Amino acid sequence: MDLIWDGITEAFRLIFTGDGYVFDITLLSLLVSGGATLVALVIGLTVASVLAFRAPPGRTMALSVFNAGMALPPVAVGLLVAIMLWRSGPLGQLHLLYTPGAIVAAQAVIATPVITAISAAGLQGVPPRLRLQVLALGASRWQAMLLLFREARLSLLAALIAGFGAAISEVGATMMVGGNIKGSTRTLTSAIVLEVQQGDFETAIALSFILLTVVFVVIGAFTAVQQRRPAS
Amino acid sequence: MSSAKLGISDVVVQRGTSEVLSVSSFEVREHEVLAVVGPNGAGKSTLLQVMGLLTRPAKGEVLFDGSPVRGNPLPYRRRMAFVFQEPLLLDTTVEGNVRAGLALRGVPGAEQRRRAAEWMERFGVAALSGRSSRYLSGGEAQRVSLARAFVLDPEVLLLDEPFSALDAPTREALIDDLDQVLRDSRATTVFVTHDRAEALRLGDRIAVMIGGRIRQVAAPEDVFGAPADEEVAAFVGVETIVPGRLTCLRDGLATVEVSGVTLQAAPLTDPGEEVLVCVRPEDVVVAPLPEGPRATSARNHLPATVSRIVTAGPHVRVLLDAGFPLVALITRQSLEELELAAGSRVEASFKATAVHLIPHRRQA
Repeated sequence: MDLIWDGITEAFRLIFTGDGYVFDITLLSLLVSGGATLVALVIGLTVASVLAFRAPPGRTMALSVFNAGMALPPVAVGLLVAIMLWRSGPLGQLHLLYTPGAIVAAQAVIATPVITAISAAGLQGVPPRLRLQVLALGASRWQAMLLLFREARLSLLAALIAGFGAAISEVGATMMVGGNIKGSTRTLTSAIVLEVQQGDFETAIALSFILLTVVFVVIGAFTAVQQRRPAS
Repeated sequence: MSSAKLGISDVVVQRGTSEVLSVSSFEVREHEVLAVVGPNGAGKSTLLQVMGLLTRPAKGEVLFDGSPVRGNPLPYRRRMAFVFQEPLLLDTTVEGNVRAGLALRGVPGAEQRRRAAEWMERFGVAALSGRSSRYLSGGEAQRVSLARAFVLDPEVLLLDEPFSALDAPTREALIDDLDQVLRDSRATTVFVTHDRAEALRLGDRIAVMIGGRIRQVAAPEDVFGAPADEEVAAFVGVETIVPGRLTCLRDGLATVEVSGVTLQAAPLTDPGEEVLVCVRPEDVVVAPLPEGPRATSARNHLPATVSRIVTAGPHVRVLLDAGFPLVALITRQSLEELELAAGSRVEASFKATAVHLIPHRRQA
């Protein structure tokens, strides 16, 4: 218990003294996970809209693949992305390996199936005749899509929360493609692993506490938006 | 006569391999209320969705102000408003719903608020303006749906059975309001319903649709008094439809033989033709058998036996055997005064003008 208490005390010290190292890795964690969530959101919403509204042939198979993708092992994703970005790999000329961009790519691969599967389920729950009603109200295709997204906002925000959660809590792929380089690709999760490996449990607990606080604040904000309802 | 505001030409809609709509020509005149009636599954909603540019037909085209609609349908859709059977409200407040179409058209916020307030007041939902659409009764939600359509000041209003999910008192109140608003707005309106009474109440003309085809478009009195064919007759409530043969035409009266019984009818066709004889149940008078000849203006007096008596709401249907099956609709008071029961002998009478003849080719 003393260890945990010391860790939490250390966390408050690091936060309130404005420790540069902790500030940098926290900011990088938010940036790469936010970027990965944004990429996954764009891809996921597009694919989910096509699957839900266009009902293409093979929809059930595609949904099965995305549902299964929610259980993708991060290390397997890390390995795949590392091979793709390796100097001799298909995307090697991008020189992204061991950069924050590589972490964004790996986390986006992990978050995309999560956002796609939950979004598709939410959009499929919108009554088909409401889609006709929205068009009949005079909506353009884009306006109709935005209105239908608003109707499914509970599910879409749940997808966003799950996607961000999957990205920011990820460590295996992050270390594999980022390399855990101090000042460049070290995130909160990879720093925690490093501190544990070095036996500095107090700092590891402090960083974990900071990570949990960041996650709670960001996801709490999304949840507040999600639960905002019109007057009854 | 007013010009056609909206129409369709040679339209075919298919679901899989089956044809659910096939209409060669159909027009709605400017400022008229055209009621489209027909049984469930007749293709009425599909017709309305094609006219509202929400369903693309496999063949044919939609005509707006006489010109075919080609390319992007959005500018035409924005000149129309559509009300579905279910209110299909957005998950926002009542006011947010009423303003939705205006917002999509880029109408400034102040004007949105003013117009929404006016139409919420008109349909009696102004007091609910801040309430979530999730907490409305069926009648309130459909009033919001109507206000959301009328606030757009549409040139064409398409109503797809908007009252069918409501209880009778709510429906009556809403029809009253809609009737008044339609007369005031003079929007060209297509009103789909399977309820004949609603069609009669609101329609300037009535189109009868059966099996994906328009069978008759005419003034209400013509559709109900002179249905175009057997299925239209059955749908509009003609319960006696029997085959006969027109034997003689004299002094403006046709003589028709039905199962050995001679009837007199308003003529429609030439002697020698096979016809279907149609008589509405409310046109048949039932009386005790007279002692001697009776002098009335009715040309048809038939001795008949009561086969069965069926209660139908406030009225009673008396099924008669007059040599052919004949149905009369009478009141409960008449039933009690005449002391009718199965097997009673009575006289059934109706005017020649109450008999509608439809040319009929017998199946080979």
